[in-house]
Amino acid sequence: MSDKKNIFEKIAEGQIWKSIFRGGGAPKTRRQRMMVVLNSVFLHLHPVRLPKHAVKLKFTWCMGGLSFFIFLILTISGILLMFYYRPTIEYAYTDIMDLTEQVPFGIMREIHRWGAHAMVIAVWLHMFRVFMTGSYKPPREFNWSVGVILLVLTLLLSFTGYLLPWDQLAIWAIAVGSNMAGATPFLGAEGPGSSLLAIGDINFITKASDARFGLIGGRFLGEATLLRFYVLHCIGLPFIIMIFMAVHFWRIRKDGGISTPV
Amino acid sequence: MPEKDKKKTSTISPKTPPPAALNKVEKESNVDRRTFFSWLSLGWVAFVAATGGFFTMMLRFFFPNVLFEPVQTFRAGYPDDYTVGEVDLRWKEKYGVWMVRNDEGIYVLSTVCTHLGCTPNWQPSAKKFKCPCHGSGFRMTGIHFEGPAPRPLERFKISLADDGEIIIDKTQKYQQEKGQWNDPESFLKV
Repeated sequence: MSDKKNIFEKIAEGQIWKSIFRGGGAPKTRRQRMMVVLNSVFLHLHPVRLPKHAVKLKFTWCMGGLSFFIFLILTISGILLMFYYRPTIEYAYTDIMDLTEQVPFGIMREIHRWGAHAMVIAVWLHMFRVFMTGSYKPPREFNWSVGVILLVLTLLLSFTGYLLPWDQLAIWAIAVGSNMAGATPFLGAEGPGSSLLAIGDINFITKASDARFGLIGGRFLGEATLLRFYVLHCIGLPFIIMIFMAVHFWRIRKDGGISTPV
Repeated sequence: MPEKDKKKTSTISPKTPPPAALNKVEKESNVDRRTFFSWLSLGWVAFVAATGGFFTMMLRFFFPNVLFEPVQTFRAGYPDDYTVGEVDLRWKEKYGVWMVRNDEGIYVLSTVCTHLGCTPNWQPSAKKFKCPCHGSGFRMTGIHFEGPAPRPLERFKISLADDGEIIIDKTQKYQQEKGQWNDPESFLKV
């Protein structure tokens, strides 16, 4: 090769490139290429090298990757929906109608809804695959537990998002779901043992202080419920799930990559 | 202050022999291991207490003192406003109750299905409350007879004001399975 450098090499050795990507210049050796991955905050979650079997669709079903991909779609479409949706009893339903019928590319709302269904299915299939291939076994048992938490968070995101359109389906689904919270042992007013938490005649677990109240922000479903679920759906739960997802992906690499077919 | 004195001594005598100098250096840090650990544990206790306090505050934050919810006690007109043998739907939307008048008097039924909390519909032709969620059915009295509902609808306290108007108090409920429907306050004799 001559000393002549092509345009890509020139860019890769310029100050701008070098300041953004640690490692200095265009990677020329295998080691340098590996370091590019290791030195990138985004790429380092991913394994540096992939064994051939790890990309075998028959073995992985790609469901973990798809779950994450759908999560990204949901994040983007969800943020877009937030530009129109107002979480109040007065506007919630009409804003969804507006999105569906008037806003250009209001199909974003359908993408978000169907994406939510798809994510639950993808996460479920991912767990099914991991279980059937025995990939939950040591040293991956911790990551399986993280995965279970991610499943619960996915379901909670679906549950909180379900109320936001504020239609009959939403309200009754949450009515049923929150009444279950009222039956929590000890902490729900209707649950077993709730009367044990009392001093004399003063009962601490009442309809205005139990688990159901904490969930829906009142004794009845209303404005407070909608706002509570909105904040949980848009900020609280996504924040938590992203932390667990980062740990989950990182642990795949640390536990030796995707498990090997037997 | 002792700290100052130590600094002075160390600067004044720079040419002390090595072992003595080492001793000096050790003395110069006025926190020995034991003190450090007691301060450390105190620090941790303080940190845990502060964090615990904050989380308690955070938990309490979600249980507001003032609720902006519909009132639970309301006036519902006069007994003559209600027809004998009919289920009255006028307060269903606003207060979530059905007013039922029979030959003996008036009682107030909650519109909350005892299965999972949906609102049943009154079907005049079939003379029953039918829940759209899972199909529970209730008689006009509130007694359940079909579907998954485990117990009858609840009744609320009903009484007359001095001017003869009906007052309904939703904070007082009466459950048939507990024998509370015999309570005189669960029923208004007319």
